[in-house]
Amino acid sequence: MADLALVVAEQQDGKLKKITYEMLTAARQVADELDTEVGVIVLGDGLDADALAADLGARGADVVFVGDDPALGSYAAEAYSTVIQRLVEDEEPTLVLFGMTPMGRDLAPCVAAKVNGGLASDITGLRVEDGELVITRPIFSGQAIATVRVKRPPVLATVRPNTWSAAQPAGDDEADVETLDVDDLPENAVHVLSVEAKESERPELTEASIIVAGGRGLQGPENFHLIEELADLLGAAVGTTRAVVDAGWRPYEEQVGQTGKTVSPQLYIAIGISGAIQHVSGMRTSRYIVAINKDPEAPIFKIADYGIVGDLFKVVPELIQAVKEYKAANQ
Amino acid sequence: MNIIIPMKRVPDTAIQVNVKDGRVALEEVETWVINPYDEYAIEEALRLIERLGEGKITIVTIGPEAAQETIRKALAMGAHEAYHLLDDAFEHLDALGRARVLAAAIEKIGEYDLIWPGFKGVDYDEGQTGVMLAEFLGLPHVSTAITVEEIEDGHAVAKIEAEGGYQHVRVPLPAVITQTQGPNEPRYPTLRGIMGAKKKPLTVWNADDLGLDPDELEPVVELLHVERPPARKAGRILEGEPAEVARELVRILHEEAKVI
Ligand SMILES: Cc1cc2nc3c(=O)[nH]c(=O)nc-3n(C[C@H](O)[C@H](O)[C@H](O)COP(=O)(O)OP(=O)(O)OC[C@H]3O[C@@H](n4cnc5c(N)ncnc54)[C@H](O)[C@@H]3O)c2cc1C
Ligand SMILES: Nc1ncnc2c1ncn2[C@@H]1O[C@H](COP(=O)(O)O)[C@@H](O)[C@H]1O
Repeated sequence: MADLALVVAEQQDGKLKKITYEMLTAARQVADELDTEVGVIVLGDGLDADALAADLGARGADVVFVGDDPALGSYAAEAYSTVIQRLVEDEEPTLVLFGMTPMGRDLAPCVAAKVNGGLASDITGLRVEDGELVITRPIFSGQAIATVRVKRPPVLATVRPNTWSAAQPAGDDEADVETLDVDDLPENAVHVLSVEAKESERPELTEASIIVAGGRGLQGPENFHLIEELADLLGAAVGTTRAVVDAGWRPYEEQVGQTGKTVSPQLYIAIGISGAIQHVSGMRTSRYIVAINKDPEAPIFKIADYGIVGDLFKVVPELIQAVKEYKAANQ
Repeated sequence: MNIIIPMKRVPDTAIQVNVKDGRVALEEVETWVINPYDEYAIEEALRLIERLGEGKITIVTIGPEAAQETIRKALAMGAHEAYHLLDDAFEHLDALGRARVLAAAIEKIGEYDLIWPGFKGVDYDEGQTGVMLAEFLGLPHVSTAITVEEIEDGHAVAKIEAEGGYQHVRVPLPAVITQTQGPNEPRYPTLRGIMGAKKKPLTVWNADDLGLDPDELEPVVELLHVERPPARKAGRILEGEPAEVARELVRILHEEAKVI
């Protein structure tokens, strides 16, 4: 087999997640220059290998490595990292990509330690220079951009969501299917006792293409219906600041910033948020930033593409109205 | 209950770091703080041992001479003892190297039930060391815990951040549990804490003490250079009555930005 660039897929109920297709784009972009094939590892229980091969093949993958076993039904660090370690040792890939997601950020360092490989975290750029992979990644919460190199293969990296576009189906190429060795997987020492699922139907913050975020300017948890209503109209996720989380108005999982989530949506609407450095560091790579704040000096305006200086309690209801009208007109 | 907290110092998070000559100008940084996630781990660990009625917290830091000041802050918060891993060979470690050095130190310390690093350092934003450390020590690990809720029958129960919500998980001890932002604001050291910290044991170990060969610590991930992020172009302030600007914004987002 030719040299390989590998993508570690993420799936739920057999359906591949968007980050998988984004990683496929990233891998495909360097594969020709590196002269490698592109492989995707899909782990799970009761997977439809043919469907995966058709879907991933049409989107540019050459081969799909399928690991199918009850032990792989949901993510477990030990079992997953063992299967991937075996594949990495057998195939000696040039590159292995993981998502910078709850699964990937746990799995990637685990695999890296097992194969003694260098890992670049949360990458936003990948290119080939003189036949070698060169990686860019934000550091110091996005205050600087580092260019790094992994000195020997495999180059391991976690990929920031929403940075590459998702690979689209083109043509009807099918990927080859290879079945992975899932014998004698270690038992997972960690047992999940219970799950507190988020009730909302909104997209995950880190995956959302639009985020509507509310800060302390909302003055109380009872006013967040404004944020939620706007978010739901736009199919957006809800974000917030640490000041709001510390006050107990919103759950921590919605916090954006240095000690919260790092996000890079197409559109970030910051409402009643001052733009403290620790908040901005979590969202400054958003494609478009809109700020609504009554204080014209608020630092958030320094990074906003579009700003509205005004009282959010007047502006946001109008904005909700305007979006409704726009949607009615564009049905 | 012996808890070991690997802790690093980072530049004060409220200041902007400078980039100079293709490097982050760390020499210009005046205020260094405990990495916020490590500080949350210390806070949660202090509360855990308060609840259990017994326990000891040991801080382990790889860092330059000046890191001692940050170590004293952790002791002033209430940690009991500290190890400072100090050697020229530790200056440019990558995460694999940091995890190796920490693993050697922790094995030498010997007594531990729970190793509780932060989930990531807010300097180079890697978030790798804790999980690698678990692998090197051959221990199970749990990532991004909000808090450790209980210790029972040689197991820890932790509430962790997971895809789409939270999970409560049970892991046999000893284990590595990495900390994300916790529910409790980390405490400020009291004056008594600060005075007391000066008398707490602080041991310094170098590569030799840890039986480490500097050649094995050569970074695999090499930092080539650093630059400032591209500046965002100047924004546009929309003026007018709320109803007007709201409509104008929707039009722009649709027609110009094409994001809705
Ligand atoms: C170690 C550390 C880590 C941190 N990590 C994070 C993090 O991850 N994420 C984060 O967000 N913060 C973080 N912070 C906190 C950060 O420093 C700020 O305190 C926080 O972001 C401020 O939140 P805010 O903008 O909601 O509140 P404020 O700063 O109080 O701003 C509220 C804004 O609302 C505006 N406003 C008020 N009323 C109205 C109105 N009627 N209409 C329109 N505008 C109005 C005000 O003009 C003001 O600009 C961290 C701090 C530290 C020390
Ligand atoms: N120099 C260091 N000394 C001690 N612990 C460290 C050091 N660097 C990282 N750690 C630990 O590893 C965690 C993750 O850091 P990192 O992988 O560097 O992002 C930190 O929160 C610390 O708990």
